[in-house]
Amino acid sequence: MTLLISIFAAIIATIAWYKNAPKDDWKIGTLALMYWGASLMWMCDAIFEYAEAKEEFFQPAVADMLNDTFLGFTVIALGLLIWLAVLLIKDPKGVIKNALKKNENEN
Amino acid sequence: MACFLIPTTEAIVTTILQRVLSSKEKNMEIHHEGDSSENLPKSGFSRKLKWLNNMLWGGSALLALEHVWHGEVVPWFPFLTAASDSSSRSEMFHEMATVGVTMALLVTAVWVGMVVVSSRLEKKADKPVEEKN
Repeated sequence: MTLLISIFAAIIATIAWYKNAPKDDWKIGTLALMYWGASLMWMCDAIFEYAEAKEEFFQPAVADMLNDTFLGFTVIALGLLIWLAVLLIKDPKGVIKNALKKNENEN
Repeated sequence: MACFLIPTTEAIVTTILQRVLSSKEKNMEIHHEGDSSENLPKSGFSRKLKWLNNMLWGGSALLALEHVWHGEVVPWFPFLTAASDSSSRSEMFHEMATVGVTMALLVTAVWVGMVVVSSRLEKKADKPVEEKN
């Protein structure tokens, strides 16, 4: 479930990046790459799990599925938080820089 | 257990490499200032290496959260629950050597594919300009 949620997040972020490409003022490309990286890593995890559990891999318990879904959304939230931090630090539109300059001029 | 440590280690190495390459490319740009732009790389390799960094760092961070969620990473020494006794330690190293290495290899392989495709697209985009000249 975590893998599925991260793949959907990666696809949505990639579409959002493509819509604005080649401009990347919102750093959506970074977000998409982060989600793709996580999706690929979970895919590896899933392959190894499948090799061990075989058919049982596709029949998870409801409680496990709920826990994994909750984890998936938490992971997406963390990804968004990291992306927001990167966006504010890099400040590609210069919004924060301009606001700070304005404050300096007013003082 | 601790599979995310392998991509994290790779991310540290590639980030250092990307910083070094980026500063070299900047120096080259300064050196070529005033020259024709033909000598300059169309899209710096450091920019492409940044794609790999983003995938590795992002993936490792999100995977680390999963390990915290499952109680495999704790905020006290030795930080990894599997590192506390020798039997689970060997299991942890086995997982790092199999799952961790595969994760790092898969992400790197996808990045290599991205670099190859983007380089071909750049070459294709350059061809009509060369033909006109």
